[in-house]
Amino acid sequence: MTVKYTKDHEWIDTTSGKTGITDYARDALGDLVFLDLPKAGRILKRKEYYAVVESVKAASEIYAPVAGEIVAVNDNLANSLDDLKEDLDKGWIVQLKIADAGDLNDLMDKAAYDAYLRTLG
Amino acid sequence: MNAEAMKKVANDTQKHDDIIGATRGLNYDEKCLFDYPAADESGVDLPSLQNIKLRTGHKAREHVGLPQVKEPEVLRHFVRLSTKNYSIDSGIFPLGSCTMKHNPRLNEKAARFAGFAHIHPLQPQSTVQGALAVMHELQNMLAELTGLPGVCLTPAAGAHGELAGLMTIKRAHELKGNGHKKIVLIPDSAHGTNPATAVMCGYEVRNIPTKETGRLTLAAFKEALGDGKDVAGMMVTNPNTCGLFEREIVEIADLLHKAGGYFYCDGANFNALVGKIRPADFGVDVMHINLHKTFSTPHGGGGPGSGPICVTEELAPYMPSPVVIKENDESYRLEEDGERETSLGRLKGFQGQFGMHVRALTYILSHGADGLRQIAEDAVLNANYVLSQLKNDYHVPFEGPCMHECLLTDKLQKDSGVTTLDIAKTLVEYGIHPMTVYFPLVVQGAMLIEPTETESRESIDRLIAVLKQAAADSKAGYSEKLQKNPVSAPRRRLDEVKAAREPKLRWKPN
Repeated sequence: MTVKYTKDHEWIDTTSGKTGITDYARDALGDLVFLDLPKAGRILKRKEYYAVVESVKAASEIYAPVAGEIVAVNDNLANSLDDLKEDLDKGWIVQLKIADAGDLNDLMDKAAYDAYLRTLG
Repeated sequence: MNAEAMKKVANDTQKHDDIIGATRGLNYDEKCLFDYPAADESGVDLPSLQNIKLRTGHKAREHVGLPQVKEPEVLRHFVRLSTKNYSIDSGIFPLGSCTMKHNPRLNEKAARFAGFAHIHPLQPQSTVQGALAVMHELQNMLAELTGLPGVCLTPAAGAHGELAGLMTIKRAHELKGNGHKKIVLIPDSAHGTNPATAVMCGYEVRNIPTKETGRLTLAAFKEALGDGKDVAGMMVTNPNTCGLFEREIVEIADLLHKAGGYFYCDGANFNALVGKIRPADFGVDVMHINLHKTFSTPHGGGGPGSGPICVTEELAPYMPSPVVIKENDESYRLEEDGERETSLGRLKGFQGQFGMHVRALTYILSHGADGLRQIAEDAVLNANYVLSQLKNDYHVPFEGPCMHECLLTDKLQKDSGVTTLDIAKTLVEYGIHPMTVYFPLVVQGAMLIEPTETESRESIDRLIAVLKQAAADSKAGYSEKLQKNPVSAPRRRLDEVKAAREPKLRWKPN
């Protein structure tokens, strides 16, 4: 299992295709109050938004790190928003059937993402 | 701020512990009107419903659950509530992007003239020529100030003006055979209403990133534009929501126009420019104007707002109807429905918020050209004064000078655990309405401060002193004190998360 990251603070597990938002994004958003989840079966383009998360500060769109079909949705999250984090077990939002594994090459690995976070201060 | 002013504010603030601010009202936990025990009499005597039969044959309901409270109690209830309120008439209201400025009483005097206040929209037009003349004159003034000759006064508020403006653009594209243009470019720092408007109009939004510099850059714009074949237009606020003037806007507008797109300017921040430059000169095709911001008509609590749109000569045929027309014989009339075939039609009943048109015209005429220019100058001066006083206390994400509002963040306070929200709540504690927080979204922990042009030096100094004190307290390790604020307002810190997750939107009987 390898997790990769985007500059928009999304993570994706390259094996299962499970994806969600990083702990950094979650902390930046503050206390979450609402999550609008998509339906399984939707085909997503890369960087297409598929969910909206709302906190006391802002509403943010969540983007697909790579193109693919939504094969599963973590419906439990809508009622337990505190679980939304970088966590393969409970924290993922949707599971994607990755259309082109080549897309993953453009994403950052953990070390590169951590370095990127340091540039954000 | 000079030492003397600082001392004065310090004195003010010292008294803080033993005075109750004028806006906090009686120390009385006001209950909901529905929770009053039903009185045997009420302020209104209604006939008994017992023998009334409805035309449907059903018996009328005898009990509809309305509160039954005596007139003096109703009056006291609302007066007590009003004393807990905070308004621009009670103190500085530095909400960034909102332009909460003084509403001159002269506007109110003009709006109360019988010939304006006691007319009806269905009256024959020959009997309301003065009112139509006011609207026509306001159209002319707004055209002059924006450089955009087509003016429609009907939109009821800013967001309604945005919708009217974008629908005008859409109508023009469709009638010119460009209906395939489906993309609207919007910077990520935009007001939330911009993408919402575009989507309402059936457009798809494409973001232009501005995170690095706080401004639109030609390079980022070019990348978002691509070949521009599918781009219907662009929505930009200038000065933008970071309080910065878009320096490359002329080149950007040129490229957009070459690709066949129209430039929609969100006029929310027009008070920074009014009388100084005309938006048409930096390439704007359509712009809405918030009369309740730039032109000082009442704002908040339902206003009502008023959001006229101004468009280029090219787009004028497509904008909504009706506009006021001046005939050759010097008489005025409202355009008939359908008279302008290319118009997108009506967006509102009658002719918009006429009372606001009177107030806005009064404001424009009473200030004159030099006065309007001074509005923009003072708005920018006041914001830069705040910025210059606070730049060492708070992190400034984008270097100044700013326009009519200044942007700070809580980055310097991060280690102390004090956040933007705590600082906002500290202002509440000191009887000052907070600034805009956590907006624009592209800046983390944003505090957007717009003192506006009508604030006195003294009131701005007081705001600055409290913000300085908050920064000093967080630095000195008094974070907990800030995190507990407000402690002397009618309510302490509210649980925003619970309110959003479990909203109670209406009163229900037990």
